Amino acid sequence: MSGGVLAATSSGGAHLGIFGQDPWWLIIIKTVVIFVFLMLTTILMIWAERRIIGRMQQRPGPNRVGPFGMAQGLADGVKLMLKEDLIPALVDKPLYILAPLVSTIPAFLSFAVIPVGPVVSIFGHRTPLQITDLPVAVLFILAMASIGVYGIVLAGWSSQSPYPLLGALRSAAQVISYEVAMGLSLAAVFLYAGSLSTSEIVTAQSKLWYALPLFPSFIMYLVSMIGETNRAPFDLPEAESELVAGFHTEYASIKFAMFFLAEYVNMTTVSALAVTLFLGGWHAPWPLSTFDHGVLNTGWWPVLWFLGKVFILLFGFIWLRGTLPRLRYDQFMALGWKVLIPASLVWIMIVAAFRELTNEGRTRLQTLIYVGIPLALVVLVASFFTEKSDDEPDDSLEPPSGGYPMPVLTDPEATATLEVSRD
Amino acid sequence: MGDGQATREVVAATSGIHASDMVLNIGPQHPATHGVLRLALTLDGERIVRADPIVGYMHRGAEKLFEARDYRQIIVLANRHDWLSAFSNELGVCLAVERMLGMEVPVRAVWARTLLAELNRVLNHLMFLGSYPIELGAITPIFYAFREREILQAVMEEISGGRMHYMFNRVGGLKEDLPAGWYDRAGEAIETVRRRVRADIDALVRGNEIFRARTRGVGALTSTQIEQYGVSGPIARASGVDFDLRRDEPYLAYGEIPADLLRIVTRTEGDCLARFECLLDQVYVSLDVAEHCIDRLRSLPVGPINVRLPKVVKAPEGATYAWTENPLGINGYYLVSRGEKTPWRLKLRTASFNNVQVLSELLPGTLIADMVAILGSMFFVVGDIDK
Repeated sequence: MSGGVLAATSSGGAHLGIFGQDPWWLIIIKTVVIFVFLMLTTILMIWAERRIIGRMQQRPGPNRVGPFGMAQGLADGVKLMLKEDLIPALVDKPLYILAPLVSTIPAFLSFAVIPVGPVVSIFGHRTPLQITDLPVAVLFILAMASIGVYGIVLAGWSSQSPYPLLGALRSAAQVISYEVAMGLSLAAVFLYAGSLSTSEIVTAQSKLWYALPLFPSFIMYLVSMIGETNRAPFDLPEAESELVAGFHTEYASIKFAMFFLAEYVNMTTVSALAVTLFLGGWHAPWPLSTFDHGVLNTGWWPVLWFLGKVFILLFGFIWLRGTLPRLRYDQFMALGWKVLIPASLVWIMIVAAFRELTNEGRTRLQTLIYVGIPLALVVLVASFFTEKSDDEPDDSLEPPSGGYPMPVLTDPEATATLEVSRD
Repeated sequence: MGDGQATREVVAATSGIHASDMVLNIGPQHPATHGVLRLALTLDGERIVRADPIVGYMHRGAEKLFEARDYRQIIVLANRHDWLSAFSNELGVCLAVERMLGMEVPVRAVWARTLLAELNRVLNHLMFLGSYPIELGAITPIFYAFREREILQAVMEEISGGRMHYMFNRVGGLKEDLPAGWYDRAGEAIETVRRRVRADIDALVRGNEIFRARTRGVGALTSTQIEQYGVSGPIARASGVDFDLRRDEPYLAYGEIPADLLRIVTRTEGDCLARFECLLDQVYVSLDVAEHCIDRLRSLPVGPINVRLPKVVKAPEGATYAWTENPLGINGYYLVSRGEKTPWRLKLRTASFNNVQVLSELLPGTLIADMVAILGSMFFVVGDIDK
């Protein structure tokens, strides 16, 4: 609907119709470039993470391999590949081998629908800088993320060892919860853009990045994206001081490297998604975007802005890791279910009401009054109720099963009474 | 297939109600045990049903070795059982032997020992202030803590040549006099450490929301439990057991230090946060006391710092018990002599050994993540447990 209208007004935006018309060699070039980009980003990230955290911790970090130690990631990768590929005797072999693949491949696939830039000309072909786009591209990314979790869960299960099992359990619950929070935080973007296609969402942000009007959604997405990628302070599945290495404790060599790779590629992907949905995608930041009637938003320039934004977010990941302790499992679940999801729901209601009233042609003042007064009432009533409940002891802090979603087990005592009554 | 069989054996949690419990060995090699403490945990999901600390992987026969070494050689063994409080360990042996010999230690040695014992306490506490956040997933504070340790270690190294095992105590005093200008450098080090601990470790860790959420109300010990298990040191004081040998049975020069400097840090909550805060505030107190000792040492007249010993030191027949407030708690040496040049028996009472006993009562009912928080807040050294 509005996507098409907005696309027409933007500078060099792409319609969905432009996708799927690339010749085969162009598709291969794009795919290989994205693959190489993700691999290089991973290698660079490993180095950058260790250097930056090193600087934060008053030490130099790796500086031996290559200039400023930049080849450290490469050296680590080579080392891992040359190591003995050990498979413990007790593991469930097919799943054990499958798990790293299931973890890594979807991480790469998601990036196929991320728009890196507008339509450019490659060897005379006009083509968007994006492998492909779908009418439901964002759902595709969420689906890929969900499949990636299977890798972690299967790795934990097939390892047949307590630490990986606990890591897998945590991961399963964590990702299920945060998938919901993430999906809800994105819903507001869909309402605004009127589309699930990444390129159209980027096009719709040519005037105003969604991070500003949808600031709460942006914050909720940032929190759930860290939860989704199992990074500190939400790195519960591999919590080193608790679970040794969590789900990949029993993995070595190239299989371990693939989990490692998946984690870093996922970080890049969720950062790229944040850029696409909230930070204007490849659009130049404000003062630059006005320069010479938006010339910096055309041609190959946008790739620079896109990468810049992604790397800023990736720096955020590193910064958090260097600063914060790890949350406890049940606290993390409480944050997801009791804070992020309810807040998202309320926020989506507000956004939806705003959109509906604006579409009906109300003035801004009317909209504010219609949405604001009921909202104020709701907040008032809610605060009244929460104040009341504060006085009572809060039993919810100690869930009976330690916060796990547990199947309902038949109570042995209940069974006993049943038998007695049958007698 | 064999794989399926293994599934049922290893994780027998799938067969309905009669699921067997999962037994998880934390240690002897695990990142959270700082050495070789082993905890056999019985788990229900992530909740701990039963916890058994299994000790002895680092037993080095220290007490037996004491019986085959003369009193000078014992010191080098004694300073190793708790490698983070080497100076305080040496001190206990020396105090016991000096008491048996009826030896009068020069006043400068007394004050210098007090000063070094307090610096050693700060070194010890800084280690735990850094390692505890690591247990909770914060990887940075330990580097700040080690930076401060480095400053103090440089000062200690200057006088003794050692960075951990100082071997600076002798029966009758200290090994040698303090170098010229050392007071100034020590004073500067204390000033720097105090400022940076406040700015970095205190500000970064103590107020952190996640840190507080992880530690407040977790692993609370009651004062009754403390007394039942003989828990001592900062852990006991965090539960409101206001007992500190430096004040309650002063040794060295502690009796002469004004009470407003030698504040005994206590909390009443008894949880992990209280234990951490006790440790952190204790650092400031120790730095103040150390500074006071430097001032006193400056004002003391020139004099000897040790007593010249005979070629063979023989403690007279009898027994004595010397105990000191070590950084981790009460450290005691029960010395029995039959007039030989070696002790007939030297019984060691270490703080960590008693302190970890309470774990089996504290852990059941908590989550694995809490277990790590509690274990870290018990501030133990495995060598001090196993001896």
